Amino acid sequence: MNGSAMEGTPAPSHGHAHADASRHPGGHHLLRIEHLSVSFRMYDSSEPFFSAQHVEREQIHDLSLSVHAGEVMAVVGASGSGKTLLADAVMALYEPNARITGSIEFEGVPRDAAGLAALRGHGISLVPQSVTNLDPLMKVGEQIVGACGGGKMGRRRRAERRARMLELFAQYRLDPEVQDRYPHELSGGMARRVLLMCALMDAPRLIVADEPTPGLDRELAVRALSDLKAFAAAGGGVLLITHDIELALEVADRIAVFRDGTVVEEVPVAAFASPEMLSHPYTRALWHALPGHDFFADAAEGGMGR
Amino acid sequence: MIRKRGSAASLKAPRLPWAVRYVARFLLLLLAVSFITFALVGISPIDPVQANVGQAAYATMSAERRELLQQYWGADQDVVTRYLGWLGSALQGDLGDSLRYNAPVIEVVGERLQSSAALLVVAWAVSGVLGCALGVLAGARRGSLADRAIRAYCYLLSATPTFWLALLALMVFSVWLGWFPLGFSAPIGLTGEVSLATRLYHAMLPALVLSLTGVANIALHTREKTIDVLASDYVRFARSRGEDMWTVVARHGIRNLVLPALTLACGQIGEVVGGSILVEQVFSYPGLGQAAVTAGLGGDAPLLVGIALATAALVFAGNLAANLLYGVIDPRMREATAHVE
Repeated sequence: MNGSAMEGTPAPSHGHAHADASRHPGGHHLLRIEHLSVSFRMYDSSEPFFSAQHVEREQIHDLSLSVHAGEVMAVVGASGSGKTLLADAVMALYEPNARITGSIEFEGVPRDAAGLAALRGHGISLVPQSVTNLDPLMKVGEQIVGACGGGKMGRRRRAERRARMLELFAQYRLDPEVQDRYPHELSGGMARRVLLMCALMDAPRLIVADEPTPGLDRELAVRALSDLKAFAAAGGGVLLITHDIELALEVADRIAVFRDGTVVEEVPVAAFASPEMLSHPYTRALWHALPGHDFFADAAEGGMGR
Repeated sequence: MIRKRGSAASLKAPRLPWAVRYVARFLLLLLAVSFITFALVGISPIDPVQANVGQAAYATMSAERRELLQQYWGADQDVVTRYLGWLGSALQGDLGDSLRYNAPVIEVVGERLQSSAALLVVAWAVSGVLGCALGVLAGARRGSLADRAIRAYCYLLSATPTFWLALLALMVFSVWLGWFPLGFSAPIGLTGEVSLATRLYHAMLPALVLSLTGVANIALHTREKTIDVLASDYVRFARSRGEDMWTVVARHGIRNLVLPALTLACGQIGEVVGGSILVEQVFSYPGLGQAAVTAGLGGDAPLLVGIALATAALVFAGNLAANLLYGVIDPRMREATAHVE
C-alpha cells in the first residue's frame, strides 16, 4: 500500500502506510510523534476532599503519528476524547501540571518543550475552532497582524505584516474593510478565513487545525477545508483534528484513528475502501458505521459504544 | 446572540430614551432610600429627646419642656406623617434642618462631604490601583510564591473587621511610632484655615486603613478574572502564535481586564462610603460617616435621610459611570449603551 511517489530516502520500515501525496523532502518527516504520553498530576477525585493524594491521570498514551509534507493528515476521534491535547502537545501549550513523555521531531530534528514553543508561529501554526479564539475587544486587522514589538524594528515589522495581510485579504476575497471590524461583527465564514489568515501570516510549514469547521454541514465543511488542502498541495503539511470521519475521508490524504488516548491505526484514506484493509477492530467498526455500509454486520466485534 | 441585537431591539415595544429611564430610576431610588430611612428611625428604640438632652437633664425636666422638646424632635408624630411632611418640603428643594447640628441638612451634609472627600478619594484610588496590580500579578503567576502571599494577605484582610484594623493602625502608627496624628481632620485647638498638606496628613492614616480592606476585595476579583482571561481561547491562540506571557498580558490581558476592573472600582464606591462610617468613628474624623453615626444614635431623621440620599447618589453615580464607560471600551456594547441593564 506504500505510495508510489516517495522522494528522499524513507526509512525502510517506518510504521505507517503512505498516501499518494505523502512526501519526505530532505529524507525526513515533517512531523513525527513517537510514543507520546500526556498525563496530568492532580488530586484523586475519588478520594475524600482532605485526604486526597496526587495521582497521575494519563490522557494520551503511547501515541505515534507522522505528518508528511504535502498531505492532510486527519486525526479522527470521538468528541471529548482528548484530541485537542494532541494539538497542545505539538505546540507545547500545556498546563504546568502536565507531564509529557515520548519524542516529537519536526523537520527531522527532535524538539523539546522549549524547541516546540520556539516553533509557534515560526514553522507550526494553529488554526483554531471558532471565533472565540479572537480577542473580542481587538480589531480583526490588528489581530491578524499580531504582536510586532516596539521601536523602529517593530514599526517596520508591522508595515511588512500589514502588507502581507492585505495580500491575504485579496487572495481570500475578503473586503479590506473587514480589518476594522471586531470579531463579533464577522460572519461565520469570515471568521474562519480570518483564523486561517492568522496562521498563514507566519508562513508555516505545518498547520495544526483543531476542529476548524464546527457546525457546518458536510458540503460547506469540505469547501471550507479546500483552503487547507490547497496549502498542503503547495507543499505544507496539515494535521487536521476532527470528530467527523466522513469529512476526514473526503478531504484528508491519510487518517489516524484516535481512541482512548492513542492512535489505533494510521492508514491512507484509500484503505477505507474495504474493511479487509483495516487492521484494528475499532477502525473496522467505524467502517461499518459509515452510511452505505452494513452497520449491524459485526458491530459486536469492535464495540462501538465507547 | 450579539449579532442579532439590532433585530431584537427593534422587535421590542418602543422604550423610553435611556436617559429618561435612568432619571426615573434614580428618583425611585431616592424615594425608597428616604422612606426606608424614616421607617428605620421610627422603629428605632432610641427616644431622641432622652438621647439628646441626657438622662439627668431629662429626669429633672418639667412636663411642658418635655412636650416642647418632643415636638421639636418630632417624636409625637407617627413616622408616616413625618415622612409625608418631609417629602412635601423636599420636593420644593428643602431637605429640612438637622436637629442635632441645628443647621440646614444640605449645609451639614455638604460640609461633611467636603471633609470626607479627601479620605474617600484616596481610599478609593489606592484600593483600585493597588488591588488591580496585585490581582493581575497573582493571576498571571498563579501558584507562585507571590500569588500565595497576595492571597494570604487578601484572605486575612477580608476576615478583619475594619474598625479593629483602624484601632490597630492607630495604636501602632499614632501611639507607638508617632508617625500620624491621633485623629481629627486638623490639629486640636487650631482654628481658622488649615492648609491642604495638614488636611492630607490627617486624612492619610484613615484613608490607608479604609483602602486596605478594599484592596483585598479588588485583588481577589481581579485575580480570578485574570485567570479566566489567561485560560481563554484567544489567549491560547495568541500563545500558539508565539506571543510570550507578558506580551499576551499587555496585548489581550489589560484590554479585557479593564471592564471588570472598572465595574469593581465603581461598585467599590459603596463599600468605601460604608467603611468610612466605622473608620471615621474610630479616628474621630469629622466626616460624613461620623455625622451618620451621630444622626443615627440621636434620632436625627432629617440629617440621616440627607446622608443616606447623598451616599445613594454617590453609589448610583458610580454605577452609571461604569455603564457609560462600558460603551466606550467594549465595541459589543457600543450601540447597546442605551439599554444596558
